[in-house]
Amino acid sequence: MEYFLQQLINGLTLGAIYGLIAIGYTMVYGIIGMINFAHGEIYMIGAFVSVITFLVLGALGITWVPLALALMLIFAMLFTSVYGWTVERIAYRPLRGSQRLAPLISAIGMSIFLQNYVQVLQGARVKPLPPIVSGGFSVMERADGFVVSLSYLQIFIILLTVALMYGFTQLIQRTELGRAQRACEQDKVMAGLLGVNVDRTISLTFVMGAALAAVAGMMVTLYYGVIDFYIGFLAGVKAFTAAVLGGIGSLPGAMLGGLCIGLIEAFWSAYFTTEYKDVAAFSILVLVLIFRPTGLLGRPEIEKV
Amino acid sequence: MSTLLKVQGVHTFYGSIEALKGVDLEVGTGEIVTLIGANGAGKSTLLMTICGNPHPRGGRIYFEGEDITGRPTYEIIRRGIAQSPEGRRIFPRMTVLENLQMGSITARPGSFDTELERVLTLFPRLKERIGQRAGTMSGGEQQMLAIGRALMSQPKMLLLDEPSLGLAPLVVKQIFEVVKEINREQKMTIFMVEQNAYHALKLAHRAYVMVTGRITMSGTGAQLLADPEVRAAYLEGGH
Ligand SMILES: Nc1ncnc2c1ncn2[C@@H]1O[C@H](COP(=O)(O)OP(=O)(O)OP(=O)(O)O)[C@@H](O)[C@H]1O
Ligand SMILES: [Mg+2]
Repeated sequence: MEYFLQQLINGLTLGAIYGLIAIGYTMVYGIIGMINFAHGEIYMIGAFVSVITFLVLGALGITWVPLALALMLIFAMLFTSVYGWTVERIAYRPLRGSQRLAPLISAIGMSIFLQNYVQVLQGARVKPLPPIVSGGFSVMERADGFVVSLSYLQIFIILLTVALMYGFTQLIQRTELGRAQRACEQDKVMAGLLGVNVDRTISLTFVMGAALAAVAGMMVTLYYGVIDFYIGFLAGVKAFTAAVLGGIGSLPGAMLGGLCIGLIEAFWSAYFTTEYKDVAAFSILVLVLIFRPTGLLGRPEIEKV
Repeated sequence: MSTLLKVQGVHTFYGSIEALKGVDLEVGTGEIVTLIGANGAGKSTLLMTICGNPHPRGGRIYFEGEDITGRPTYEIIRRGIAQSPEGRRIFPRMTVLENLQMGSITARPGSFDTELERVLTLFPRLKERIGQRAGTMSGGEQQMLAIGRALMSQPKMLLLDEPSLGLAPLVVKQIFEVVKEINREQKMTIFMVEQNAYHALKLAHRAYVMVTGRITMSGTGAQLLADPEVRAAYLEGGH
């Protein structure tokens, strides 16, 4: 029971991180019908920017934790937004309207490029980060001394994710920009006829996805304490699995999918083997694609057109 | 009466297919002008070309005297043109209200409530369905929504592409009434493509006939209605 609870807490934390990345996949897929394979790398860059920001802040003598966290967050989001925007501009926009395969190949190329770019700039060795947020609660203790703990960092990750997801959902549902995004998703020609700047709306979608991935990147950096140029691949595939599991194109689906993948991974590592935890995520991807390609919350279309 | 829209020698291509082969026409401020022609003549292509999607490969388009040829669609629309396009193209997964909100993107800030009120008075049916997903509405309701959405921006010129297509006679009548009313009450300029030539010509101040990408005839609605060629080609078997 106690062990289960601990894995639940760990799984929720992981799920929050995957969910944030998954939103970027699902939104971009929704609006241009393409899997942005470079999204994992954007997340990786977010992680790097937060480490670099932290080191710079340290050098400047800014060590008050809340301020450091806020600045790391802001810089990570800012930089990755620029990357997200640029990737769309140079790798995807020129290919819009061409065959489906072309942007896909371009995306994979972009992903490889970004990995190597970071490797060249930052080196291939792992980057460590000293623990910034430490401590936590012990939720309960078993007779044999096993302690269920909930760290401050986990609370921070989960609360920030919930807040971001809430804010983001409101943005999509209630604001003019969100409506324009949904309109572009359904009919770009018509959105244009109503005065929407379609290209700009697509760019902003990439920017939003990138900013959320940056938050995830920063969280991972804090959570695991080490990053390298390769983390984008695995996290990207898992978040992509989360998006597909939830129903690609669906925003709540991405959040739910992220949560599921996080929980599955945590429980799998706890009760089976840690070595095969990545296999769990990929098996799910395969199973979902075979048995329920529309995902948990994907919509089977029933509409008059 | 001043010229609001001027189309001058416009050529539009889809790949290597020339859909418009040098179209000239004008729409004056406050007019109802209709364009009739057989299937595939290029009517919808003309309306879309005016909105900059696709752009013409030759010729010029002027709106309020300014050259809008080659401008991006969103910019052309912001100048005060709205279109209710062929096939309605309502956003099926949005509610009726959200569709109307989409229509007001280029509207004056703060005008939403009055315009909404006006559109819902014109189409009371939309009021009953305001929270419904637009994709689940009937064809006629969707057409009302498409026109209502175009009106939300209070455009200087409204482009209507076959507003009566596939609708029951009673609904057709209702839609034409509305067109007449917004032209009379709000002095809105209307450029309308119609298959329903009889109704359209009766309603229009002036009209053009298009045959395979060219304007072949023009005149007042009454003139074309009385023309034997037009009668033979577009009104046979009709009224
Ligand atoms: N997207 C497109 N790609 C290629 N050809 C097109 C495209 N749209 C229209 N066409 C062609 O251009 C010509 C004019 O089409 P358009 O839709 O403008 O005709 P229309 O007068 O509106 O006809 P209808 O009364 O059937 O709506 C047709 O021959 C059509 O096949
Ligand atoms: Mg047409």
